[in-house]
Amino acid sequence: MELVFGNHAAAKGAIDAGLKFYAGYPITPSSEIAEELSVELPKVGGIFIQMEDEIGSINACIGAAYADKVSLTATSGPGFALMQEGLGLASMAELPVVIIDVMRGGPSTGLATLVGEGDLLMAIWGTHGDHPVIVVSPGNVKEFYIYTQKALVWAETHRIPVVVLADEVIGHSYQWIDEWPEPIKIPERTKERVLEIFENPDDYLPFATDEEGHIVPLPPIDSGIKWHMTGSAHDVDGFPTIMPEKVKRLIERLWNKVGDIRDELIDYEYLGDGDADILLMSFASMGMSAKQAYLELKEEGYKVALFRPRVLWPFPGDELAEIIKKNGIKKIIIPELNAGQLMLLTKAFLADKGVNVQYVGINHQYGEMISPDEIKEAVYNG
Amino acid sequence: MVKKPLPYTYTEEKWIRDRYLPHQWCPGCGIGTILKAVIDAMDDLGWEPEDVAFVSGIGCTGRSSGYVNAHTFHTIHGRAIPVATGIKLSHPELHVVTMLGDGDGIAIGGNHFIHAAKRNIGITAIIVDNSIYGMTGGQVSPTTPENMKSTTSIYGALEPPMDPISLALGAGATFVARAATWNPVHMRQIVKKALEHDGFAVVDIKSQCPTYFGRYNGISDPVELLNWYKEHTYIMKDPSDIREGKLPLGIFRDNKSKVELSKKYRQLFEHLRKEGENNG
Ligand SMILES: Cc1ncc(C[n+]2csc(CCOP(=O)(O)OP(=O)(O)O)c2C)c(N)n1
Ligand code: SF4
Ligand SMILES: [Mg+2]
Repeated sequence: MELVFGNHAAAKGAIDAGLKFYAGYPITPSSEIAEELSVELPKVGGIFIQMEDEIGSINACIGAAYADKVSLTATSGPGFALMQEGLGLASMAELPVVIIDVMRGGPSTGLATLVGEGDLLMAIWGTHGDHPVIVVSPGNVKEFYIYTQKALVWAETHRIPVVVLADEVIGHSYQWIDEWPEPIKIPERTKERVLEIFENPDDYLPFATDEEGHIVPLPPIDSGIKWHMTGSAHDVDGFPTIMPEKVKRLIERLWNKVGDIRDELIDYEYLGDGDADILLMSFASMGMSAKQAYLELKEEGYKVALFRPRVLWPFPGDELAEIIKKNGIKKIIIPELNAGQLMLLTKAFLADKGVNVQYVGINHQYGEMISPDEIKEAVYNG
Repeated sequence: MVKKPLPYTYTEEKWIRDRYLPHQWCPGCGIGTILKAVIDAMDDLGWEPEDVAFVSGIGCTGRSSGYVNAHTFHTIHGRAIPVATGIKLSHPELHVVTMLGDGDGIAIGGNHFIHAAKRNIGITAIIVDNSIYGMTGGQVSPTTPENMKSTTSIYGALEPPMDPISLALGAGATFVARAATWNPVHMRQIVKKALEHDGFAVVDIKSQCPTYFGRYNGISDPVELLNWYKEHTYIMKDPSDIREGKLPLGIFRDNKSKVELSKKYRQLFEHLRKEGENNG
């Protein structure tokens, strides 16, 4: 048994997955991830660098992702806002970076030391243009370890930026861990994989797709293969173009990129007996508060279910609709530490699914968790 | 299609991706002259395209990376240096070269510029200093001289210009020099020394933009504009050679005593590895 601090679990997850590059700028409540990695990364021959700001951090990560493999940065709301343009470059150049956002109360400097969950929509749509990104959200310390690793592996495998949405409560809590899960490892780039698709290294096209329509892998930079990348609209060779049919092909592929790998990504915790009337749903640390409420209500004989998405983009709309139909759910209660961002997504994704439910939001935006009791209250009140 | 629109020399064949030509720069622009000095100097040094990462930001200057046969990355406005930092730290064996616009490198990217200098990371920063925002249609830049015109300083620039040389010196860059396109031979010598330098090396290159800087200031003829730069700059004998109202060209600092940053990381790794062995 080991008593583990949330932000340290994320750092450990990254090291165990084989991370070799971190660039960041200190910000509460994420800084312990940087502090821990500044100690651990050099021991495994990995780079830790504290940059001049978050713009420098994300772009240094993008450089490392271009030259080596997936890289990591960690921040909170104000820093995440500064990273948005870089996140767009990573989406467009299809380079793997992982951004951990340990959310705090906003807007602006907001509640620097207190919990908030107001970055959900920024994580999905924060940068301009229709762009692909994966958003995952762990609910506790152990999941912070697991989902940091998944984020790194997915980013490298699919050449896509991944945002890990944790929050102050997860980052700053301690949890007893009896056993760490078997780590999953970041895949290494190999010339062989590239040569399976391009017989001649000189024919390598960094934005071509394989037979299944997925983006081709990147070669190791010391393989003798050279390529060009840009954040401008580009053709398969990475050279800028404004030809409508080429741009259309690129942007459509990018926009569909997350949907195309949806089956691999969708991940949630569902608890219930299949006959629930009320569904409790939330993410990040509020997901665990909702889970506690569910467990107690169940004990008290209420017909409730729990839905806790750990991947928020792609959004599990189809899966949620199925659960609602199977149970005959009449009401969805969403407790979240913002004005209703998960609620907005849920309504949007259920709009065309033929379900008829009542929506109830419980919202705190002042740095205090919504307790299981407060959630239960909403159930008692019908 | 004509495969080779220009009579190529050996160096150009090796270093230029001719499939992307013709280039996008205006007739008489200085960027091409600078790019030629850079690839000639890389070749003089015996480098191979596989050994070079060439990174640029956004602007007319930013387009340069696409034409170079190397590991290339056309990043976003102002961010070539941090991207290059990530490349250099993860692959220190690469020669990492950046070409920056004056807006790109000194305005929006100014914070990265001074911190790269402070870190002494092994990146060559070639500033195409045309005193204008070429790409966006000729707006005032941090190096536009006082009283000179642009599309956003039509009454003459109110602010005095920034001196990238003093900035680089003050921030701790270990190689700092200035060159100008009117003297390509001198420029190539300076660029070669900068590329060779193991640390953060800055070359501020005064370059002509006839289309905007020239046109708005009554000197739109490229030759006339080159002559204007020639009149306003001089090759200094030594750093004490100061002439009123003119900019000196040459090397201001060439300090080989500081260890380059990616080397320091490798020293740390080695130290920790040995310590681990001793403890284990
Ligand atoms: C974040 C951001 N702001 C503004 C721009 C618009 N923009 C593109 S290039 C440029 C300035 C170009 O000037 P400079 O860096 O001197 O390069 P030049 O074109 O003169 O070579 C600007 C403002 C942008 N692309 N991105
Ligand atoms: S606008 Fe100026 S800097 Fe840009 S290509 Fe034309 S001459 Fe060169
Ligand atoms: Mg300029």
